This record gives sequence, C-alpha cells and structure tokens, in this order.
Amino acid sequence: MSFPWAKQYTPSHPFMVWMDEKLPIPRLIYNAVGGGYEVPRNLNYFWNFGFLAGLCLVIQIVTGVVLAMHYGGDTRVAFDSTEHIMRDVNWGWMLRYGHANGASAFFVVVYLHIFRGFYYGSYKAPREMVWLLGVVIFLLMMATAFMGYVLPWGQMSYWGAKVITGLFGAIPLVGETIQQWLVGGFAPDNATLNRFFSLHFLLPFVILGVVILHIWSLHIPGSSNPTGVEVKSESDTVPFYPYFVAKDGWTIGLFLIVYSLMVFFMPNALGHPDNYIPANPMQTPAHIVPEWYFWPFYAILRSFTQDWLWFIPAKLMGVLAMFSAILVWFFLPWLDRSPVRSGSYRPLYRKFFWVLVVDVLILGYCGGSPAEQPYVLIAQLASIYYFLHFFVIVPIVSSIERPDPLPFSITESVLGHDEAAALGTRA
Amino acid sequence: MAQDAGIDTPVVSDGDGVRRRDFINIAAVSAAGIGGVTVLYPLISQMAPSADVLAESSTEVDISQVQPGQAIKRVFRKQPLFVRNLTPKEIAEANAVDVSSLRDPQTLEQRTKPGHENWLITMGVCTHLGCVPLGAGEGEVKGEFGGYFCPCHGSVYDTAARIRKGPAPKNLEVPPYEFSSDTVVKIG
Ligand code: HEM
Ligand code: FES
Repeated sequence: MSFPWAKQYTPSHPFMVWMDEKLPIPRLIYNAVGGGYEVPRNLNYFWNFGFLAGLCLVIQIVTGVVLAMHYGGDTRVAFDSTEHIMRDVNWGWMLRYGHANGASAFFVVVYLHIFRGFYYGSYKAPREMVWLLGVVIFLLMMATAFMGYVLPWGQMSYWGAKVITGLFGAIPLVGETIQQWLVGGFAPDNATLNRFFSLHFLLPFVILGVVILHIWSLHIPGSSNPTGVEVKSESDTVPFYPYFVAKDGWTIGLFLIVYSLMVFFMPNALGHPDNYIPANPMQTPAHIVPEWYFWPFYAILRSFTQDWLWFIPAKLMGVLAMFSAILVWFFLPWLDRSPVRSGSYRPLYRKFFWVLVVDVLILGYCGGSPAEQPYVLIAQLASIYYFLHFFVIVPIVSSIERPDPLPFSITESVLGHDEAAALGTRA
Repeated sequence: MAQDAGIDTPVVSDGDGVRRRDFINIAAVSAAGIGGVTVLYPLISQMAPSADVLAESSTEVDISQVQPGQAIKRVFRKQPLFVRNLTPKEIAEANAVDVSSLRDPQTLEQRTKPGHENWLITMGVCTHLGCVPLGAGEGEVKGEFGGYFCPCHGSVYDTAARIRKGPAPKNLEVPPYEFSSDTVVKIG
C-alpha cells in the first residue's frame, strides 16, 4: 500500500502504544495523510482540489445538519421555515447562505478536480477504480444538489423538481409508473418534498463513504503527478506530512477567502430570484433554469427537438443523451488507449482537450439561456462535438499520436538529472 | 470435529455424494433470500402514490361564461386544466391537418365529446417535461399553430392541442370527463 521507503508508524507514548494495539486509528491516519504516505514531489496546485473537495463535503454536512434543525419538510411550512431561518434563527442567514454557496463552491472545486483528471490522464491504469468511484461521487453529488434545491419550495424548486422527475416519464412503457413512484403522486407535492428531504440528508453520508473508498483505492498505487511518470525511487517522493499538509492548508486559506466573499458579500449572485416566490403549480416561471453547475447537461437535454430514427421520441433521446454525457466518463480509461498519461507530453490530445473545455463552456452558456435560437442550434452542434470527442477523437488520437519524449523520472523532471536512478535502474 | 469442518464422512453423506449440510445451506440461504425480497417489497411500494393521493378527486367546471376563442384554467389533481371554447375557424384549422403526418395522430373528434366539438378540454401539462404551456390565459402567446406554446423548451401545440413542433412526444392529455349539462363539465 505504500512505497518501501515510507516511514513506519512508531508510537512512543504509552497511551498511543496501547491505542495502537486496541484500535489503530492513529496508525491509519499516519499512513493515509501523515508522514507515512509518500507523495510525488512534483505535484502542482491541481492536486489540491481533492483535499478542498473533502473540505467542501465537511462544510456541507455541518451547515446542512444545523439547517435541518430549523427546516420543515412539508409543503405547508417549507417556504416559511426557510424564511424563518433567514430572518429569525440566530445566524440562520449565514448558515443558509453558507450551505447554498457551499454547494456551488463544491462543484467549482470538483469540476477543477475532474479537469485535472482529464488533462493529466489520471483516469488511466492503475487508477481506473479511483476514477470510476469519482464518477459515482459526481452522480451522487448531482442527485444531492438537485434534491437540496427543491427543499425551499420556491418556484424554481417546484418547477425544477417537475422537469427533472418528468425526465423519467420518457422511459418506454414503465416511464409513467416510475415517475409517479418517484414523486408519490401525479405531480410533485408533499410526498415528494418529504422524501427529497430524507434523501438529501442521507446522500452526503453515502458520498462520504464513497470518498473513503476513492482515497483507499488511490492510496494503493499512490497519486499520479504532472509528468504521468510513475514513482521510481525514494528521491521522487516526499512525505504527505509536513509537505502537502502545509500546501493543502495554504490553499484552504485561499479557498475560504473566496468562499467568504461569496457568502458575505454576494450570497444570491448564483441563485435565482424566482426561488423567493413560493411554489405555484399553476404558473410556470417564464424561464426555468437549473443551478449553474447543471447547465452543460441541461443544454444537451434540450438539444433533442426532433424524433430520432423515426422511433425514438425526442424526449427520450434528450434524456438518454444527458445521462450518457456523464456515463461516458466511465469508459474513458478504455477509450483512451495512449500509454502516456499526462497531456503535457501529448501534443495532439492536448489541443483537443482544450477544444472540449471550450465546448463544455459553450454548452453551459446555452444551458443557462432561454430555449430559443441561436442557443438551441449552438447547443446541438456543441452536443455533437461533445460525444465525438469521446467516441471518435480520443480513440483515434490515442492511436495516431506521437507523444513527446518523457523524462526518465520525476526527479529528473524536477532537477534535470537523477543520480539515484542513473546508478540503479537505468542500465 | 470432522462434521463441524464440513469434511465428507459416511455419516453425513448419502450414496450420491449429496451432503445433508448442502441441503441445510441451500435451505437457509433460500429462506434468507426470500425473506429479504419480501421485506424489500413494502420498502419500495411505500414510495408509490398513497391512498389519499389516489382517491379519485373530481372537479366540476362551469363553462357558461367561456366565449368562443376564450379559455379558462382550472385545477384537476393539483395540476392545471385547460378548458377552451374553439371558434369555427380554429375547428376548421384542426380538421384541415393530415392526421397521418402528426407525431401523435388523433383527430379533433377523438379529442372532444360528440356534439361538443368546440369544447377542447385538456391537461395544462406539457407532455415534454411538465411545464404549463401558454395560450389559455388572456393575451398569452399561442404559438405558430394557434393552440398552445410551451416556453420551457419550445413545444408548439395546434388548435386541437396536438403536438406539432418541439420536443414533446404526445398531444396534451385529455382527462376523463363528461358533460353534466350544457354548461357544466365534470372532470375525473
Ligand atoms: C466529494 C468529492 C471528491 C472528493 C472529496 C475527492 C477527494 C480526492 C482526494 C483527496 C484525492 C487525492 C488528492 C488529489 O489528487 O487531488 C483524489 C484523487 C483523485 N480523484 Fe477525487 N474526490 C472527489 C470527487 C472526484 C470526482 C467527481 C472524480 C472524477 C470524476 C475524481 C477523480 C479523482 C482521480 C482520478 C484522482 C487521482 C488523481 C491522481 O493521482 O492523479 N474525484 N480525490
Ligand atoms: S416542458 Fe414543455 S417543452 Fe419542455
């Protein structure tokens, strides 16, 4: 589980010795995020977002649990109890704004974390399982965020719930039954709100469990690094404590500054004013938009306006495409057959990587705009490109590309030479 | 000891090599499996619409004040309901369409009651993802086919509330209803 040169946990205090025999949690921590975990010395700041994502999860759980002490998951009181939190509960405004903006911050951090994975090929062997669990986490995060947004029972809450649960009605034959089973009625109502509250409370703890698996499976090969060259010798790594504890601590400080600016000075910047209007099943808001982090996927959903191949209805196609846009990530480790991990040494892949980033930003922009021309047409073209990237471009690029020469080792990439390796392995 | 370790001995094995322990294993695992599935059923079923939600609610709508070309919105099963009095021109438009060219082929006749072809009564729920289409309220846009227009993703319905353009797969749903008198309709 670690490199042979990693430091061993050796408790000296009698209590710690006793503890190590009964329940070796200090040993686990030492080996996971302490001096016993060896990490490549050349990690750049993109490797800080995993730790920050963990911080976001903690912020969401802490603020969420206290909000639940004041919130009522019943259509008659949900909206008012949310306003009660904002106006009457001590520090309620801060806890609610902290939770709402915490969700956005969480997605910013996780999108950058995934961006790192795409650019540096972190999804490749031997870290496929880390990646697969990451995609599972992302799906769980989307479900959690969606249900959380329904809880204040404002106009966007209600219509968001209606539109998203309506997606399941697209499934042939059993769709309507599934949809009614999900919402517990013919349209979102008290049964829906109540179960969403229950699940919204539960899912973050499920995420926590999957995060533990994510890190467990990461710690078997250890972290990758910006060169994508695997660790070869002791000079390639440094212990997590103190080096990366200090570096992660520094970015936590930066993160908290930006987060506090959002919470205290522009708490509604990312929200939608319509959600301060109580839910009204008789009146659709002029322009239903999900939260910004769903925009690219929402744009793909809306791109299907024509029936497909004469027998797949447009609605079903849209739903399938939206889910496929994420599910395709599960296959990425096998679609990309290039043995070189890092985009820094893949001149062709790197270009298409940036095109994909721009493509997703365009999709996001269209997803947040009304369903009108030219946005629909642009989103359609961008959706086509999105799938082309995964199913055509990545496999072809990975077989025709001529990668740049890789450094011999991490140490060589940092120092320009690698004595230890030159003496030993380089025969 | 030998039996506890599961080692085949003449004592626990019959002639065909089937051991009593195998039988106990299969019986125990099957019982636990069936028990597990039995418990799962109520856990899943509890999420389906409950008895009070399912209890058929019906609504009476007074249509005496609705002039030709006008529509009103009412509530049925906590969802919007559109009641529209079609003009002769709108009826003619609906009947002029080649039904086989429609995504969800239906005639206006099939979507109304005999003798009341001018009364178009549908759910106000877009069959795409459930928004309330525009066109029933005073001054709302009716879309290029003169019926309803859903602003969410741009589905366009004609004067028989049939889907003509955009992502919605079906015509606006016609709920079960009957005319109690010439001016009162009972929905549900
Ligand atoms: C709650 C959300 C998440 C948390 C708390 C989390 C946590 C972490 C941590 C602490 C690391 C090690 C530090 C680092 O490399 O940044 C890591 C690595 C990694 N994560 Fe995540 N993660 C989350 C979501 C995701 C998602 C959504 C994906 C991808 C879809 C993903 C893919 C990866 C990969 C591939 C690595 C290995 C990176 C490498 O070694 O190059 N993670 N994660
Ligand atoms: S809900 Fe009406 S077009 Fe999508």
